[in-house]
Amino acid sequence: MSSPLLIFVQGIYVSLPWSSAMKVWRHVLGKNDSIDQLNISLGKYVVTLSSEGSILRAWNLPDGQMIWESNLQFSTPSKPLLHVPATIKMGRDNLILVSSGGWLHAISSIDGVIVWRKEFATESLEVKQVLQSPDGDTVSALGYVGSSKFAIYHINAKSGEVLNHRTTSFPIDFSGETAIISSDVLVALDAARSNLFLINFKAENIEYNQVHISDLVQDFSGVTELLPVKLKGIVAIKTALSIFLLRVKGVSEFEVIEKINHPAVVSDALSITEAEQAFAIVQHTESKIEITVKLDNGIINEGNRETIRADQNRGSVQNVFINNYVRTDKSHGFRALIVMEDHSLLLVQQGEIVWSREDGLASIIDLTTSELPVEKEGVSVAEVEHNLFEWLKGHWLKLKGTLLLASPDELAAIQAIRLKSSEKTKMTRDHNGFRKLIIVLTRAGKILALHTGDGRVIWSHFLSLHLSEDCKPYTALRIYQWQVPHHHAMHENPSVLVVGRCGAGFDAPGILSVVDSYSGKELKSLKLAHSITQVIPLTLMDSSEHRLHLIVDSNLHAHLYPRTPDSLNIFRREMSNTYLYSVEAGTSVIKGYSLQNRCNLEVADEYCLKMKELWSIVFPSESEKITTTSTRKMNEVVHTQAKVIGDKDVMFKYISKNMLFVATVAPNAAGEIGSATPDEASLVAYLIDAVTGRILHRVTHQGAQGPVHAVVSENWVIYHYFNLRAHRYEMSVIEIYDQSRADNKDVWKLVLGKHNLTAPITSYARPEVVVKSQSYFFTHSVKAMAVTATAKGITSKQLLIGTIGDQVLALDKRYLDPRRSANPTPAEKEEGIIPLTDSLPINPQSYVTHSLQVEGLRGIVSFPAKLESTTLVFSYGVDLFYTRLAPSRTYDSLTEDFSYALLLITIVALVAAIFATWILSEKKELRDKWR
Amino acid sequence: MPFSPSTLSLSSPREEMKRPRALSLILLSLLLLWSSSSSYAFQSDELLPEDDEEFEGLRSPNLEYVNPSRPSPSRRRSDPDASSSSDSKAIQFALEHAFGGSDFSSAGTFTARLKSWSHGGQTLTKLRFTRNALTEAEKEAFKRLLKDDDFYTVRLPSNVLNPTEKDYVMSSVRARCIPRESLDEHFVIHTEGANILAVNYGSAGACQYPRLLKLPEKWSFNSYTVLKNSDQAPRTPTFAEQLMEAENELGEGVKPPEKSFWAKYWMYVIPLGLIVMNVMTQAMNMPMDQAPGQGGAPTQQAAAQRAPNTAAVRRR
Repeated sequence: MSSPLLIFVQGIYVSLPWSSAMKVWRHVLGKNDSIDQLNISLGKYVVTLSSEGSILRAWNLPDGQMIWESNLQFSTPSKPLLHVPATIKMGRDNLILVSSGGWLHAISSIDGVIVWRKEFATESLEVKQVLQSPDGDTVSALGYVGSSKFAIYHINAKSGEVLNHRTTSFPIDFSGETAIISSDVLVALDAARSNLFLINFKAENIEYNQVHISDLVQDFSGVTELLPVKLKGIVAIKTALSIFLLRVKGVSEFEVIEKINHPAVVSDALSITEAEQAFAIVQHTESKIEITVKLDNGIINEGNRETIRADQNRGSVQNVFINNYVRTDKSHGFRALIVMEDHSLLLVQQGEIVWSREDGLASIIDLTTSELPVEKEGVSVAEVEHNLFEWLKGHWLKLKGTLLLASPDELAAIQAIRLKSSEKTKMTRDHNGFRKLIIVLTRAGKILALHTGDGRVIWSHFLSLHLSEDCKPYTALRIYQWQVPHHHAMHENPSVLVVGRCGAGFDAPGILSVVDSYSGKELKSLKLAHSITQVIPLTLMDSSEHRLHLIVDSNLHAHLYPRTPDSLNIFRREMSNTYLYSVEAGTSVIKGYSLQNRCNLEVADEYCLKMKELWSIVFPSESEKITTTSTRKMNEVVHTQAKVIGDKDVMFKYISKNMLFVATVAPNAAGEIGSATPDEASLVAYLIDAVTGRILHRVTHQGAQGPVHAVVSENWVIYHYFNLRAHRYEMSVIEIYDQSRADNKDVWKLVLGKHNLTAPITSYARPEVVVKSQSYFFTHSVKAMAVTATAKGITSKQLLIGTIGDQVLALDKRYLDPRRSANPTPAEKEEGIIPLTDSLPINPQSYVTHSLQVEGLRGIVSFPAKLESTTLVFSYGVDLFYTRLAPSRTYDSLTEDFSYALLLITIVALVAAIFATWILSEKKELRDKWR
Repeated sequence: MPFSPSTLSLSSPREEMKRPRALSLILLSLLLLWSSSSSYAFQSDELLPEDDEEFEGLRSPNLEYVNPSRPSPSRRRSDPDASSSSDSKAIQFALEHAFGGSDFSSAGTFTARLKSWSHGGQTLTKLRFTRNALTEAEKEAFKRLLKDDDFYTVRLPSNVLNPTEKDYVMSSVRARCIPRESLDEHFVIHTEGANILAVNYGSAGACQYPRLLKLPEKWSFNSYTVLKNSDQAPRTPTFAEQLMEAENELGEGVKPPEKSFWAKYWMYVIPLGLIVMNVMTQAMNMPMDQAPGQGGAPTQQAAAQRAPNTAAVRRR
């Protein structure tokens, strides 16, 4: 029984058995509680150090139960260091040593109690290494005082008293990188990164030897790094071209034992016996990954060399971990866990990939959907016959099942048919539009297409792999639909646009990649000359059905893409009616712009448009700070503008695609809940027309504070915040109605054509709006909020709320109706208005996720199916969850297990009965007439 | 006709006596109405000092102050009640405008009172606006804007207490939205304490689309200004209170609203109407059928038609 494998990525850690990719247990730590270091103690506890070295926890390895937690207190955080004793003394308290924030803490490994603590910040010692003597009586802290002084403190492990300390000045500055070679020798790199210092600190006086790296390795140039791998007696240095493994000989000499060319990774040492250690070297060449496990017992043995084919879509190797097992022939075998650049994991054993996990899917940053290809003509007859037979057989079985005639075997067969449901996973478009591709973009810059039928990865494409060196680090930003063929370009595949940034910083130039939605092939990649601050997909399409996009750079120039004369022509027609806005959350300013013909650039560029400021809203910095903005989804469909209310009156929804919801909070109350008193806190909600900058509605919630989550749809906005006065979360709804069309209720006016229903709407007319709003208490805090979207917008809406328990709750919009009153009139009751309650009810059955949890939920996306009643919901976090929802039940389709055979038989039986009775009646009539 | 005697009987001699008085009352009220409407029309010219007092107390409705004022240089005046209360202070800030892409120039002055409240807050009240007359150059610029359908932009300092701080709130409108008889403009100024959050500038009424080129008859501005503060969010009283209210109302016995005759009995009326119509048409057809020579024929035909049938059956 081998110990499970532990993986941690930014506050999430997972335990996996080595044999398969099934997880055993998993914990997600809080948002700001990322793990700095992790170690295994006593073979059965996992010790984690998180939150910049201030929280130490111990977990039970087999089941993941937390055993203890300990808070370490210090003022200034620094790079934390965790030391867990490798040798375990039974029957005595083993100390866990943590150096962070200028303090050295000794913590009991049994219950997490701090045994002693020693402050080093007063001596301005920066601790680099912590050692414990083999008998466990003394603790040594090694580090630098300033940049050129090396110091060592010996401390009594029981009491924390300083036994002695020594300091030595060096003639040079240190870079801060160190490596412990043995219990008395340390290797340090100088600030110039060209000399290694071999420091022997065991002796009374600290002795050191200086070695020039250029003496050790040939053609040495550039900067060197000391790799933080833990190898006994060996240091690994990384130069510009290769990695060198150096063995320390005696007290003053290094010997080069291995030179590995880039790109390569060296693992930590795994001690097999007292004197023997093993480590792995992974080299990545064009198409294969070479893993070499080396055994070291004084001399390096050439271990087994394994080669696996590298998947081009995974990038280069980032890290490698090894584990040993005993083979059937009693020799040592090794398996290696390889972390790739796209955050995927591979377990390699005997030259084969045992399993792989796409853990990049845990960090989705954006997604879009794509239709599947249309089913091709010319399906062979045999297939149809087979299908027909199968179909009939299936229905015959189903009929038997419904008539309770089926045997247990047949019942099992019915179940199998239902489970298999081969329709679900087909790679073609279905009639109801349920089968789609969800194209996701991960933080590592990889795009994956997931099938909605079973969630399998159809294709994946690693973007940053094909970029040139000057485009790194690559940051993927957003994904958009680039081409959705409908009419003109039906033979072409749809494609998506991925917007990214080359290099660090917001001014870094952008890069656009266009990827085919069906095959995952990168069609083109375009490095931009300008930066990207905002990407605006327009509603316009060019003649080949590419969607037009405007990209705004940091110099307030808008660039039109695709860069074709055709798209420019199309855009010029609509340019005078195109407006942009920008929300500057830092300065709390919202600005609106119009577009003008040319930018003033040195190089004439007709696709570059100048932005002219039209309007601005300046929130006073002392009283308001923007926290949340929200707009309607661009592809949302509204079925009708009119809303018929109970007393046969009509209200007209104010439907504008340009409505922008902005929530501001008082700057004092911008922090955590509880950091401000109710009197200090206030939240202001705005509805702004983004074309003219007109504030349509503005309302203040006294004593309320963020975090604010908002969703805008049709003519309403719903937002969620915390009410400090009531000590509860609250949800408010604002519905906005257009009064200027209210005169159209007269039938005669409609008949005589004296209405303004067909008049074009312009934002420059002064809107006559009325607003209805209401607030309700809500039990949960919210992680994400969305609203269901259907194809025609007829189906009633549900609010999708990602709760703190990582579940998705579907709440009917009816509950958030501002027209709810305590005792509705009969007319209102007839309309379906629910009597007013103080808080929103949570029906346990309305959890979309049932009993499942979408760990670390970050977003919920709803997209329409072709079937009006149904919407498809995808929520993502560390886990992914996909489901189909029917907010008003599936009123427009029969259920999947509807028995067509039963219907057929009934019809046949009825027809037969009609004939039989007709014949009988004829006979009877004849008989009567003869009488 | 049968009801007329009863109405006549109602008008007793005493009632007859009252009638002239009632007539005079109606006349008086008409006169009042007319005079008030006429005075309303004149109100736009001059603002009475009492009005200020009225608006000072007015805080709950959104419309702080509505003043359709026709600016002319002669009516520009200093604030009359600058020393009336110690906790309010007169302030002035400039409206600037730009034509298309031109630089901003002064267009008018807003005068307001800054009221300090006991709890430390400050609010702007009693906003007054005087607009400068358009210069010839500005008129030309405006005409050019109208021709190009370009933007007319106005701006105000966001911090009125310290206008040197270069932070402006801006608003623009297509110039063609403004001209009607004269140039009609409408300002909505949103304030937060003593700060101006946003200014919404536009035409006083609707702006037709497509926008047609139309030059105003009078080149003077007709300004309407509205000062808006933030509302408090409505919150229904707690559920318990609501329940109490509901019970009280139930005790009184809420009667459902009386339905109209049509709403109650339409289901009887419509069939009745149909039957009546049917009968009517039957009645109309009846005399035609009984025309001489045609009365007996259909019955004979029917009998003749029936005869072969019976024969056929018999043949079978």
